[in-house]
Amino acid sequence: MAIDPSRIRRYEHGSRVPGWDEAADLTKDPAEVPDPATTPVPDELRAEIESYMSRYPDFRSATIPALHAAQRLHGWCSPTALEQVACVMRLTPAYLTSVATFYDMFETVPKGPVDVYVCTNISCSLRGADAVYAAMLDAAGNDPEFHVKPFECLGACDIAPMAAVDGEYVGPLEEADCRQIVEDVKAGRPVLESKQLRRRKAAGT
Amino acid sequence: MELLFDNIDQPGLNTLEVYRRDRGGYEMLAKALEMEPADVLAQLQASGLRGRGGAGFAMGTKASFLPQGDMDKYVVCNADESEPGTFKDRELMQKNPHLLIEGLAIAAHAVGANKAFIFIRGEYAYVATIVETALEEAKAANLLGTLDLWVHRGAGAYICGEETALLDALEGKRGNPRLKPPFPAVQGLYKGPTLINNVETLMNAPIILRMGGEEYAKIGTARSTGTKIVSVSGCVERPGNYEIVLGTPTREIIYDLAGGPLDGKKIKCFFPGGSSAPVLPGTDEYLDVPYDFDSMAKAGSMIGSGAIIVVDEDVSIVQLALKTAKFYRHESCGKCTPCREGTNWTVKMLERIDGGEATPMDLDIMASVCDQIMGNCLCVLGDSMAMPIGTMIKHFRAEFETHIDEARERAGLGAANPQYNRDEYAGPTPALT
Repeated sequence: MAIDPSRIRRYEHGSRVPGWDEAADLTKDPAEVPDPATTPVPDELRAEIESYMSRYPDFRSATIPALHAAQRLHGWCSPTALEQVACVMRLTPAYLTSVATFYDMFETVPKGPVDVYVCTNISCSLRGADAVYAAMLDAAGNDPEFHVKPFECLGACDIAPMAAVDGEYVGPLEEADCRQIVEDVKAGRPVLESKQLRRRKAAGT
Repeated sequence: MELLFDNIDQPGLNTLEVYRRDRGGYEMLAKALEMEPADVLAQLQASGLRGRGGAGFAMGTKASFLPQGDMDKYVVCNADESEPGTFKDRELMQKNPHLLIEGLAIAAHAVGANKAFIFIRGEYAYVATIVETALEEAKAANLLGTLDLWVHRGAGAYICGEETALLDALEGKRGNPRLKPPFPAVQGLYKGPTLINNVETLMNAPIILRMGGEEYAKIGTARSTGTKIVSVSGCVERPGNYEIVLGTPTREIIYDLAGGPLDGKKIKCFFPGGSSAPVLPGTDEYLDVPYDFDSMAKAGSMIGSGAIIVVDEDVSIVQLALKTAKFYRHESCGKCTPCREGTNWTVKMLERIDGGEATPMDLDIMASVCDQIMGNCLCVLGDSMAMPIGTMIKHFRAEFETHIDEARERAGLGAANPQYNRDEYAGPTPALT
């Protein structure tokens, strides 16, 4: 049984692996810990990162909170953002890149400012999460203000299918709610107030 | 019987004022601080409380593994609740954060730690804010003594729920599990002795001190004491968290508390303890299993984090397996080859089954892949995929085979030839017709 080669999806450069043609520039020296004299860091970002560093016996523990702070300020973990964190924490940008690429909440490519995580895991998909995700993409997928991302279990299976809009858990969602979410965000209102998880009573009461 | 969920929706319970006024908040911490650490530990051990995060290891015993002495010791609360189907810690922390802080402080006193962290998954942003506010209140009221306690937010990785990966994430690295031993009790956070416990486990500590360890041990069954918050989700009428006494029949949880499957359908199968637990078919034999650690283990599954995911008869088992396998492929950290490759190839094989390119022999290969992941990695993430997928093939082999045949017809490839098992341990021999 032969498989038709045209069915195998390939990138433009002909490989099934993304990014192999973006080779590292081997003539360049590796990026070192940035020099504070030539790396401007916004004062509030520096203060926030330093306060995180003071909480831990080993300052490197502050990496994740620091990256969160930088992502909030810059919109994504851009090379500038990583350089600023590296400068304050005295780490190499490569170390921070290794951490930022591991975790789902850090984006190393530009993204819209409003994160919409739609849960597509088992419990939610049993109740129609895939249709909700498609509707969400329809409503906000091309909107530069939004960053719609399918997410693994967000820990709110009692309101399945659900989504987290900038950290606010809403559900159970119907397809029509997706448009409402977009409108609420644009109008600066609380998102889908009647379906917010924090207002929900415990089950069985 | 409700211990943790007792009037959980009381307005203002997340504030220090209401918690102290109506719940006797922080009295047990004050009592613990007057007791010798060894006495607190003895109470916890007498209660027989088993860890509520998944492994079910006795909490008091785990705490007693920490060495005595004046070295830097740490307590870490594992609030990185990422197991699909589990949402108990979220509700507990959101509604009663002070109980967690009090429990954590008691545990820290029992093991002699003076530094503690609550590791909350990054997605629980609003819950983390609630816990942080509560913590500030407790610190301002000077209730924590010498304990230095902080909330640490993660950034979205299932693997960080594994205790050693959590420690790596807390140290600011990629969340890769470590080789055990040494166990965290001996060498954990910053190479110091570390006690790691789940949110629900720690929340039981003040309750145990109030009741007395021996009194607490009378609740539930002999080897599974106390109550448990069970998260029921999937195809049920009333999904949500329910507090049960361990040993309650599973049927009672699914049908009486959660209202049974939607529209009176039949249960095809259920995950008794999150998506990592081996699935059980929805037959009377399995629905009548008492919900406690040992009975579930005897029935071939586990109660894990206490998350029941109910799947009804309309759901295709192939789609369910694919969803499960894709989750583990995405979340595998990539450190160990059997897990990294095994999860990836299992997804590929399931996609072949779904696309009509597979033959029934692929089921045997898949079962053997699952078999070879088990026990061959640093942590149990790979096993967590192998167990549900392996049991799905075991219990629903006929449906997989029908699906393979139908998908082949659709793809125009014709029926597969009957296949013999080529591997002796690769599951039951398919019936030849």
